[in-house]
Amino acid sequence: MMEPGLYHMLFISATLFFIGVYGFFTRRNLVTMLMSVELVLNSVNLNFIAFNKYLWYDKMDGLFFTIFVIAIAAAEAAVAIAIIINLYRSHNSIDVENAEELKY
Amino acid sequence: MSGSTIIFYLLAALTLVSAVLAVTTRMIFRAAIYLLFSLIGIAGIYFWLQYEFIAAVQIVVYVGGIVVLIIFSIFLTQQAGDELPKQKMGRQLFSALAAFCGLALVLLQIAQHAFVETGGEVVAPTVANIGNQMLGVNDGGYALPFEVVSILLLAALVGCIVIALKSKPEQT
Repeated sequence: MMEPGLYHMLFISATLFFIGVYGFFTRRNLVTMLMSVELVLNSVNLNFIAFNKYLWYDKMDGLFFTIFVIAIAAAEAAVAIAIIINLYRSHNSIDVENAEELKY
Repeated sequence: MSGSTIIFYLLAALTLVSAVLAVTTRMIFRAAIYLLFSLIGIAGIYFWLQYEFIAAVQIVVYVGGIVVLIIFSIFLTQQAGDELPKQKMGRQLFSALAAFCGLALVLLQIAQHAFVETGGEVVAPTVANIGNQMLGVNDGGYALPFEVVSILLLAALVGCIVIALKSKPEQT
């Protein structure tokens, strides 16, 4: 067990990213797919913060990117859930297999 | 090995284990709760890195906002207590293989790459520094992206209302 540094952060964020990708591939329910996307976005945030902390500590740009990513992720989750609820009303299911046709 | 190191490894384990459980469990409500713990673990890592503002934003927006939104959407769209249908073995296997190969590739690249520090004076991520730079219009200020994001949030708000409050289909 070493003292944690940049490589530990990159390991965590890469692992989190691919856990999210695995969930996105295997899940067939739209809400759980949205959860996987949230994991991927969080891994990106962790990456930005780690680089800002360990490599570019004389600037704060990574921090601002993280703040904007969080704000956009919130907007994205709200729109996605509105779409999911609308889909549930018309199809009575939120499984991607039942939502193949892009008509109403 | 110091206490801080132990705390870091505990937070990392919490984050990764709950993330794995969140994408593998078949109870959808439990998946949301595991996602909650994973996000709290990430907020803990931000605290550990002494980015307290980002950690607070993470807790307020993700744990307090997005997870609650997801739980509400589960309540609205899912019959309570239903398990998700079991996935095909082949699909799980190939997804795991693809994710593992991608992870191996990325970790190999990270291990081979030598990262160069810029070196320079440390700018502490205090709330005062963040606020001054975020609303600054000088070189390196983030006033324009800030305004663009606020317009985007407004557009998303209006869009959500328009999508979710669609008029009822005509009675036939």
